[in-house]
Amino acid sequence: MTRPDPSTSVLPGTGLGTPVLEVDDLHVEFRTRSGVVSAVNGVSYSLTEGETLAILGESGSGKSVSAQAIMGILDSPPAVISGGGIHFEGRDLLTMSPEEQRKVRGPGISMIFQDALSSLNPVYSVGYQIGEMFRAHRGTSRRDAKKRAIELMDRVRIPGAASRVNDYPHQFSGGMRQRVMIAMAIALDPRVLIADEPTTALDVTVQAQVMDLLEDLQRDTGMGLVLITHDLGVVNEVADNVAVMYAGRIVERGTVDDVFSNPAHPYTDGLMSSVPQVEAKGGRLLPIDGQPPNLAAIPSGCPFHPRCSRRRLGDAAAPGRECATDLPPLRLVAPGREAACHYSEEVLGV
Amino acid sequence: MSDDSSGATAASRAASPSAAHGETLLEIRGLKKYFPLTQGIVFKRTVGHVRAVDGVDLTMRRGETVGLVGESGCGKSTVSKLLVVLERPTDGQILYKGRDVARMSGRALKAYRREVQIIFQDPYASLNPRMTVGDIVSEGWAVHADIAPKKGRLQRTQELLDRVGLNPDYVNRYPHQFSGGQRQRVGIARALALRPEVIVCDEPVSALDVSVQAQVVNLLEDVQDEFGLSYLFIAHDLSVVRHISDRVAVMYLGSIVEEGTDEQVYGSPSHPYTQALLSSVPLHEPHLRGQKDRILLQGDVPSPADPPSGCRFRTRCWKAQDVCAQEAPALVDRGQGHPSACHFAEARTVVPVDVE
Repeated sequence: MTRPDPSTSVLPGTGLGTPVLEVDDLHVEFRTRSGVVSAVNGVSYSLTEGETLAILGESGSGKSVSAQAIMGILDSPPAVISGGGIHFEGRDLLTMSPEEQRKVRGPGISMIFQDALSSLNPVYSVGYQIGEMFRAHRGTSRRDAKKRAIELMDRVRIPGAASRVNDYPHQFSGGMRQRVMIAMAIALDPRVLIADEPTTALDVTVQAQVMDLLEDLQRDTGMGLVLITHDLGVVNEVADNVAVMYAGRIVERGTVDDVFSNPAHPYTDGLMSSVPQVEAKGGRLLPIDGQPPNLAAIPSGCPFHPRCSRRRLGDAAAPGRECATDLPPLRLVAPGREAACHYSEEVLGV
Repeated sequence: MSDDSSGATAASRAASPSAAHGETLLEIRGLKKYFPLTQGIVFKRTVGHVRAVDGVDLTMRRGETVGLVGESGCGKSTVSKLLVVLERPTDGQILYKGRDVARMSGRALKAYRREVQIIFQDPYASLNPRMTVGDIVSEGWAVHADIAPKKGRLQRTQELLDRVGLNPDYVNRYPHQFSGGQRQRVGIARALALRPEVIVCDEPVSALDVSVQAQVVNLLEDVQDEFGLSYLFIAHDLSVVRHISDRVAVMYLGSIVEEGTDEQVYGSPSHPYTQALLSSVPLHEPHLRGQKDRILLQGDVPSPADPPSGCRFRTRCWKAQDVCAQEAPALVDRGQGHPSACHFAEARTVVPVDVE
């Protein structure tokens, strides 16, 4: 299997700040009774301070699994990190003992999830759950922890924080619950926040409120944000850089401006033309044929080739670039642009 | 299939999507649905009502797609259930070809249910896991036997599966053997089996991945032209609704706040809620980023069990005045070119127009 060269793992576009989080050739497998499912197959990226990196992909692309690997919350078994490294502030998390990992991740990296209701404990008040962060990691007293919880609820703009601190998760609306999650996530001033589909379950007006809040918090704290989503619009509005995932691999990355105005991978291109836009009625949608691949049987060669409109099969003039057998590596295709397609230059129209 | 009518429909759509379509097929007048809130276990007392739908007026003409958008809890799915008589209205009328659906019974209701079909959001929960897709698609013919003679049913089923883009040899497979997009195709085939005139599509693509969503949207458009269907397309995704609809109605807390052609509602929204809703939709074009008005609504949608007096939106509206609390604004044209339920309706461009 060709693995992408780790030397290309530094994201283009930012050039500022030091990387706080580096994921290096990460592999995650699910070893199930019915076979091995390769969910993440060599993903590398790095995140600098204050950067927003969007991981864009459909269900089953491995975007959430790679985030769970970073957080150390994979269900294992069956999930196994079968290769690669995760470096936080220069230290490899995967070589640490579980106790060390907990001490590093706890205050350093936090995560918010799509479904806030099932991520919060229904039998504890939200104030108790937010305050738990301080009690567990800082040894704060209960009374002080509650005070800090109220401050945090104010900070995530929950109206009447002092009177709602003893309320339970079910007493909050979806948007407010997501704010509670965010309050817990930012409690210890993390350097990295991973947001896994934070607004997918929310209505658009609430989505706008939550994204606005995340942007403000990021500006204030300078934390790096990994935004996992399938929503092209959210990526365009919030992120600096984007990595597009397909079948457990990054197939394209670059700045949002570059990738969205001129995609270099046929999959990205296909996604853009299959989504209707609110600013114009547009003509007929151009969908991508077929279904996303089964991760237990990823197609040979380029995993996207069975659905690709630009695939070239049996082209004798292009040795080593046969879509059905040769896996295209993630390579530099234009300044600051990487894509995993043999024919990216054609897609770009260079 | 009726080739002549589909040709005519396709031609009229191509000529001008917003032009008047055929005759009025469905007319909803003052539709209300209140669900009782009860207290007590043995002796249930009604302590109030959830006003899920509270005075909805909507007209649908033949061959037209009417989009109904709104956020969760606005009552749009209750409207769909009322339309297919899964619920009975508390008040108001649904007139289908001039006849009140609420007063239908027996044979008339049976005929109505054949002509007005529904496609649900969750393609897995809406297909019986113990039935083969062939049985699911052909089940309607057990009730409406006149549509397909017993002999040719297998062949008809296979034709339908083929039409919705499924392999006809899969008639004996079960729903779990299909992906989400394929299951939704089964749902479409089932709706088409009874040769309906109207299909109520309740969030038909919301559960699907983006690359598959487009396939299903295209399929819906194709079968509409081919079978001369009218759609009520209910969704929360404003982009999809704009793409597929000829006319769009925006719902908030049980009633329609604005209605017009897709161009009118998206291009010059005049109700503050529509404006806020549209301004919240993230745009896909990098060069349009930051060009739109950002209207961030404060707070949450009020409870439909205790809606605000007067205008439902006034508690979150930046234009609210005393009159808004006293008088519910009617859904009429106040000079902005299309009906809007706001005392201070004023057209405003929220979504930047893509000049490319």
